Amino acid sequence: MSPALSAFWQEYRENWIAVVALAVVAIIVAAALFAPWIAPQDPYDLANLELANARRPPGFVGSDGYVHWLGTDAQGRDLFSAILYGLRISLQMGIAAGAVALTIGTLLGVLAAHAGGKVEAGIMRLVDLQLSFPAILLALVLVAVLGQGRVPLIIALVTAQYAYFARTAYGAATAERQKDYVEAARATPLPGRRVVFRHILPNCLPPLIVVGTVQVANAIALEATLSFLGLGLPPTEPSLGMLIANGFQYMMSGRTWISVYPGIALIVLIVAINVVGDQLRDQFNPRLRR
Amino acid sequence: MLGYIIQRLLQAALVMLAMSALVFVGVYAIGNPIDVLISPDATQDIREAAIRHYGLDLPLWQQYLAFLGRLLRGDLGTSFVLNIPVTDLVFSRLPATLELALASVLIGAFIGIPLGVYAGYRPESPLSRGIMAFSVLGFSVPTFWIGLILILTFAVNLDWLPAGDRGPTVEVLGVGWSFLTWEGLQFLLLPALNLSLFKLAMMIRLSRAGTREVMLSDTVKFARAAGLSELTILRRHVLRLISIPLVTVFGLEFGSTLAFAVVTETIFSWPGVGKLIIDSITSLDRPVMVGYLVLVAFLFVTINLVVDLTYALLDPRLRRGGRAA
Repeated sequence: MSPALSAFWQEYRENWIAVVALAVVAIIVAAALFAPWIAPQDPYDLANLELANARRPPGFVGSDGYVHWLGTDAQGRDLFSAILYGLRISLQMGIAAGAVALTIGTLLGVLAAHAGGKVEAGIMRLVDLQLSFPAILLALVLVAVLGQGRVPLIIALVTAQYAYFARTAYGAATAERQKDYVEAARATPLPGRRVVFRHILPNCLPPLIVVGTVQVANAIALEATLSFLGLGLPPTEPSLGMLIANGFQYMMSGRTWISVYPGIALIVLIVAINVVGDQLRDQFNPRLRR
Repeated sequence: MLGYIIQRLLQAALVMLAMSALVFVGVYAIGNPIDVLISPDATQDIREAAIRHYGLDLPLWQQYLAFLGRLLRGDLGTSFVLNIPVTDLVFSRLPATLELALASVLIGAFIGIPLGVYAGYRPESPLSRGIMAFSVLGFSVPTFWIGLILILTFAVNLDWLPAGDRGPTVEVLGVGWSFLTWEGLQFLLLPALNLSLFKLAMMIRLSRAGTREVMLSDTVKFARAAGLSELTILRRHVLRLISIPLVTVFGLEFGSTLAFAVVTETIFSWPGVGKLIIDSITSLDRPVMVGYLVLVAFLFVTINLVVDLTYALLDPRLRRGGRAA
């Protein structure tokens, strides 16, 4: 580990809540990654499902002798397995959308800061306009128009979120641009592109990392919300939001576990990512430095 | 000043035009609305007659111009599914949403601001830390999950409050309102609470940050030196000083409350515009989708315009700059 990174970790370790949150995120990511090996049942294999096993409470012993620790859902899926696979989908969507939005937003923001003039005014006006419009409505409309599936969903999430990255990158880049080292780099015969990507961009990364962490959590929440409203992925591959939605109709009759356990998994994931993001923000913020 | 106002008005009109075009093209260009309109086993003649009737055989730009022409006369078209004018449909649902949004904004302000002021006044106390932890939850936990938990706790387990539908309403000025009866209020409470949590979290954070800043200022020092009690200082000075940014955010947030009502209304089956748009999306009712979105865009553009113009009125630099120009 490089000394800078090691010092960063030393400081991070001082906040035990953030350390726990980081561990929780790591465990959830590992569980989602290795879901096919951990999950006792493949929830997408329809041959595994028996209606006789549907809507059984936690601890129910299935017809194949397996104990469903978290119960089963309306189709007779083992809920623990469904949650692991659901986490997989939620994380995939959140990270994919976050990464694409980060790339597009950063490029737009840095471009606006670097180009100036009409390009700057045009890009930032668009970004501001979009920021004033609620992300959820935008995503809702896009999913409705583009149809269901992974790609439309990612497009909707990216469109709803890139503006945050563009704003952050623009703010950081305009601040960096006025510093002496950029002036010095400009004085050399290096091409403008190189100055932007090798000198300005690396120094804009800390705030972007913070926004990126929080936006992955937001993308996961947004995806869950869309799926809950029935506008996310097709029901053959239930994400956490859809598992919760499926259980919602059984809630009133007291079969609460179908919604509650996927919901707890979702909340733990989102809150843990947010706590990590908060800690990173505090550590990157020069004003809070001792 | 007048120049600035005209400039902003033109800008707003341009944005509105662009939004309406985007929404129209986006919603109409993809998929074939005629499949929703008539049954698949209708004869070819009926199909073509229907296509002509709705003007779907015309090029897209002509359809858009026709749409724009009707829009300027306040006509948003007729719902494909319900066969009711979209304006009537939206306005019959709007009071329910407005009532819900207003209730949640009020909850956010009247609970959030006192909590935030306290958290800023005593930042190190355990209660303040609890308040801040709560606000983090309010920010990060999705609205639909909180709604679910509210239903589970108060409607299913405790059976204190009803969840789902709007309950009885009282007609005033030809519109039904829930908050006028005790029973209606009970129906309103859970959805309003659900919708308010995000605002609550935001109000707590904003008023905490504002209070911390004001508490260090000379105003508070002098007020203390003058022997005013702490409560009077908080009420008379701190609250007044932090109220300006709060009011701004408050206004801006009212619009997004209407947008977030989509989720809350779906969970609680609240018969507002949010539920209308979800229903229209699932039934591919294009005129309703377009009409709702155009109205929401109009609302946002208007709110932003009002905020900008208010700033211009309040900020002397902008005022003078406008006069000189």
